[in-house]
Amino acid sequence: MTGGNPFATALELILERDPVLVGIVGLSLQVSLTAVAIAAVLALPLGAVVALFRFPGRGIVVAGLNALMGLPPVVAGLMVYLLLSRAGPLGSWGLLFTPTAMVIAQTLLVFPIIAALSRQVVEDLWEEYSEQLRSLGASRLRAIPTLLWDARFSLLTGVLAGFGRASAEVGAVLIVGGNIDGVTRVMTTAIALETSRGDLPLALGLGIVLLLLVMLVNSAAHLVSEQAKRRLG
Amino acid sequence: MASWSGRGIAVSCRRVFKETLNYSHANAGVRIIQRFLNAVRAAAVAGLLVLFGGPGMIGPAIADASHITLASTTSIEQSGLFRHLVPMFREETGIDVRVVAVGTGQAFAMARAGDADVLLVHDRDGEERFLAEGYGSDRRDIMHNDFIILGPESDPAGVREAESAIDALQRIAVAEAAFASRGDDSGTHRAERRLWEEVGITPSGRWYRELGSGMGSTLNTAAGMDAYVLSDRASWLSFRNRQALRILFQDDDALLNPYASLRIDRDRHPHLKHELAARWHDWLISGAGQAAIADFVIDGEQPFVPATKP
Repeated sequence: MTGGNPFATALELILERDPVLVGIVGLSLQVSLTAVAIAAVLALPLGAVVALFRFPGRGIVVAGLNALMGLPPVVAGLMVYLLLSRAGPLGSWGLLFTPTAMVIAQTLLVFPIIAALSRQVVEDLWEEYSEQLRSLGASRLRAIPTLLWDARFSLLTGVLAGFGRASAEVGAVLIVGGNIDGVTRVMTTAIALETSRGDLPLALGLGIVLLLLVMLVNSAAHLVSEQAKRRLG
Repeated sequence: MASWSGRGIAVSCRRVFKETLNYSHANAGVRIIQRFLNAVRAAAVAGLLVLFGGPGMIGPAIADASHITLASTTSIEQSGLFRHLVPMFREETGIDVRVVAVGTGQAFAMARAGDADVLLVHDRDGEERFLAEGYGSDRRDIMHNDFIILGPESDPAGVREAESAIDALQRIAVAEAAFASRGDDSGTHRAERRLWEEVGITPSGRWYRELGSGMGSTLNTAAGMDAYVLSDRASWLSFRNRQALRILFQDDDALLNPYASLRIDRDRHPHLKHELAARWHDWLISGAGQAAIADFVIDGEQPFVPATKP
C-alpha cells in the first residue's frame, strides 16, 4: 500500500476499496455519528433550557459549557478510561477497549459544543420573539420545542461542528479504544499508527480519505437542509 | 441562517396562533411537545441503528466473546509481527487476540488494573517486580532481538568507531551530540536508562531530548533533527522515513532485547479470561508458535529470534 505520492495513495486506497480500510472507515463513521446523535438528543434541549430559564448558578453553567468546548480529547479519554477500567467504578461493565467506550468518550467531547451553541442560538431567538410567543400564551417550557424547531438550520451547524470534532480527534479514542486492529481502529488512530511507522505517504493518503469523508457528511447535511428550506419557502 | 430562523419562527407563531384559535392552549402545547418527543425518538432510533446496524463492524466484535486482550509494546506492533501471528493462532484455536500496543510501563499498569488478559513485554526488571508483587503467575521467554544505536550518517560523535555500546553512548555524551530519548518509561527507554547508568552519567542538557513518545514517533523526530537514538531492530526494519538515519553501532551483548510473555495471577483478577490467555501463552512457546516467529521476515531480515530453536 506504500507509494510515493499521498494523493496517488489516497486515490489508490479509494479505488482498491481494501476491506480493512472499508472497515476502518465504517467504524469511524459509526462511532462519530452515534456520539453526535446521542450528544445532540441530550444537548439541544439542555441548551434551550439554559437559554430560557433563569436559575441560580446559571452564569457558571453557561461559562462551564463554553469552556468545555475546549476540553482536550486526551483528558476526556483519560476520564472515560479511569471510569471504565477494571479498577474504576464502571469496570465490571467490561467496556474498555470497545467501540462503545469510544462512543462515550466522543459524546463527552461533542456534548458541550452542541449545548453551548444551541444555548446561544435559542437565547438570541428568544430575545427576538419572546413577546410574540408570550402573547400567544406559550410558556417558556412550551416555547422550547418551537424555538428548537425553528432554529434547526442554525443548530445543524452546531451539530456539524460537533461531528467535526468527533471525527477529527485522536486522543480520546486512542486511550479508550486502544487502537486494536479490526476492533477499535478508526481513521485517526490508523493515521497516527502509520505516521509512527514512518509511512508518511500512506498516513497522508488516509488523511485525505478522512477529509473527503467529512466533506461528504457535511455536504449531505447541507443538501438536506437546503431541500428543507426550499420546501419551507 | 438567522433570516431563515426568523421566517421559520414567524410561521411557527402563526401555527401556534391558529392552533390556539382552533383548540385550547394546552392542546397545542401538548402537540408541540409530542412532535418534539417524536423527533427525539427518531434521533435515538437512528443513533442505535448507526451503532448496531452498520456494515457489520461492531456486531461480530460484540458477538464474538472468544477473544483476549493482550497488552504489548509499540515496537512489536509496529514491526507487524502480530498481523503475522494472530491470524495463525486464531485459525488453530478460534481465539482472537486483541492487541493494545503501549509502552511497557503502561502495559504493566494496564495489567495491574485488570484491563489485560496477558502481557508480552520487554523489561526484565519490571517483569521480576510484576511477579514479585504477585500480579503475574507465569513468565516465559518468547523471543529476542537486539537494540541498535542509530544516528545521522555524518556521525559527529564518532559512534562508528566505538568499541562497545557503553563507549558509543559515552562518545555521544562527550560530543554533546543530539540524542533522542523515548522518555516514556517503555522497555526501550528502561534499557536506555540502564545503559546510561553503566556509562556512569546522568544525561541532561540541551543535547539530551526526552520525547515522551512511542518508538516510531521517536524515530521520526530523530530523523528530523539528525539525533542519535536507541531503537529495537524490529521497529527500525519496518520504519519507512529514515532520511539520514543509519545504523552506527550494533552487536553487543549489552544490547540484547528479550521479550517475555506473562500470565496474570488468577486470584488478583478472577474476572480475566485465564483459560484463553493460557492457550495463547502456551502457543507462543510451542513449536508452532516459535516456528511462526522464526518465519516472520521484513525486507529479507528476521527481526525476532525465537527463544527455542525449532
